[in-house]
Order: sequence, then structure tokens, then C-alpha cells
Amino acid sequence: MSAFLSMGGDGAYVWSAYGVTLAVLVLNVWWARRRHQSALRRAKASAGDERVSKRPTVRQIQ
Amino acid sequence: MRLPRWFHVLGSPPFVYGLAGKVAPWLGVVTCVLLAVGGYWGLVVAPPDRVQGEVYRVLFIHPQIAYVSVMAYVVMAVAAGIGYVWRIKLAHAVAATAAPIGASFTACALATGSLWGRPTWGTFWQWTDPRIMSETLLLFLFLGYLALRAAFEDRDKADRVSAILAVVGVVDVPIIHYSVIWWNSLHQGPSIMKLDKPSIAPEMLTPFLIMVVAFTTCFFWLLLNGLRGEIVERERDTRWIRQLVEGLRG
Repeated sequence: MSAFLSMGGDGAYVWSAYGVTLAVLVLNVWWARRRHQSALRRAKASAGDERVSKRPTVRQIQ
Repeated sequence: MRLPRWFHVLGSPPFVYGLAGKVAPWLGVVTCVLLAVGGYWGLVVAPPDRVQGEVYRVLFIHPQIAYVSVMAYVVMAVAAGIGYVWRIKLAHAVAATAAPIGASFTACALATGSLWGRPTWGTFWQWTDPRIMSETLLLFLFLGYLALRAAFEDRDKADRVSAILAVVGVVDVPIIHYSVIWWNSLHQGPSIMKLDKPSIAPEMLTPFLIMVVAFTTCFFWLLLNGLRGEIVERERDTRWIRQLVEGLRG
């Protein structure tokens, strides 16, 4: 097991490369999820907003 | 120019929002399984390299991430170009979603390359290396695209101006690919993507290719996930989004 972790003495390089990669993937997934949920929350807030629903349509302006 | 019907269907935000929601979880499962299998195969099963010993195992992530970073740029540039020419907002949404993912993959390719370079070339970084520099330029293209978008209050204007940068930046893609052939580089030449037979042992080639597929599906998984948020944000005041959020709890 310790031989596997040491990777012939270069374990620090190999494992940090894999670690950085895993972190980038996890952060991307987390970030997309958070953004989607905050966008839905904002949409819900603006759906309840009278000013938005009474915004005139193009035809009314013309 | 007349466009086929599927082109219009794929330009419909509610349709794509729903489709992405159905496809993304499957891509997520496939990605996780392939990453686990490829990671185990690459780190445990594959034999040590005759020249590099164990440190060569970065081979199972670094080239794949670098390739996905370039693919992300091409996806971004093509989507931005389509959005610019045919004025399809959804295409701009795809481009805007691909940019941060691509930037993170590019940074990751540079980081894993550095961590591989130190024990094998004796240095983390080389300012004159064409491969490192063209990949660094890719990072700045992504960051420039994002900064340019952020500079505009008006989203339509941000879409159109940033699309021009995205399309012009495509010149960096062939430069990245051929940089190790055209100039002297510390970086090794291509060993898989060439006309000749791949110069890699079969027991290393299998996990290598599994990881190529894994990172590719990973990119599209992240893209579809991000696209859903981007669509909701852009379509906030439309009727279908209002109906969508009214059906949600909370």
C-alpha cells in the first residue's frame, strides 16, 4: 500500500495531479448546480413581482 | 439561407432545457463509472513505464484534460459563431456556458502538466516552450471572453461582441496541436493522434482511451448542467419559466 502511495518516490506529483483534477471536476458540478438553483430562485422571485408581469408587450407599445 | 427543422427545434429554450435535464444525469453516471474504471486501471492495473517509472501515470489524465480544454474552445467558438450569424440566443447560451468549464479544464491541464514536468523535465514551467505557451494563450482567450462578457450590461451586446473574440481565437487551436511538431519543445510529440500506429503499449492504451471518453462525457455533462442554469437566467421573464417555477416547491 505504501509503495502504491509513494509511486516510486514521485507520489507527491502524481497524487496532486489527480487531486487537482478531481477538485476541478467537483467544483464544476457544484458550481453548475448552485447557479441553476439560484437562477430558479431569482425567476421565482421575479414571477411574483407585479412590475414584471405587467410589463407591456410589444403590441401594446406599438 | 434555409435551415432544417431540427435546427429550429434545437433553438427552442424550453425543449433544450427539458432535454438537458433528461440527458445530463445519464452522462453523469457514465462519466463517474468511466472515471472510476479508468482511474483504477491507470493507477493500479497498468504496469510502470520503462523510462519514467510510476510518474508516467499522469498520462491517464493530463492529455485528456488538455484535449477537452481545446474541444471546449471549439464548442464555444462554433456555438458563438452560430449565435452570431443566425442570431440564435441559445447558441450564445451554450458558448457562455462552455467558457468557464473550458477555462477550468485549461488551468487544470497546465497544472497537471507542471506537476508532470517537474519530475520528468526538471522544471514546473518553461516560458519559451511552444506547447505551454499556446495552452496558456488558450487560458487567456477563455478569461478574455469571460471578462468581455462581464463588461457589458446588455446581454445581447455581450453575446455578439464576445462571439467575435471566440471565433477569432480559434487560430490558437491548430497552433496548440502543431506546436510540438513545428517548434522545438520540451513536450513530447503526439503518440495517439497521428496517422501512424499509436506508439503506446496496449495495456496502457486501454485505460488511456477510457479516460479520453470519460473526460469527453464529463465535459458534456458539465455543459448540459450549466446550460440549464444559463437558460433559466436568460428566460427569466418568459411565460414558460414562470410556469416552471410556479410548479416548484418553496
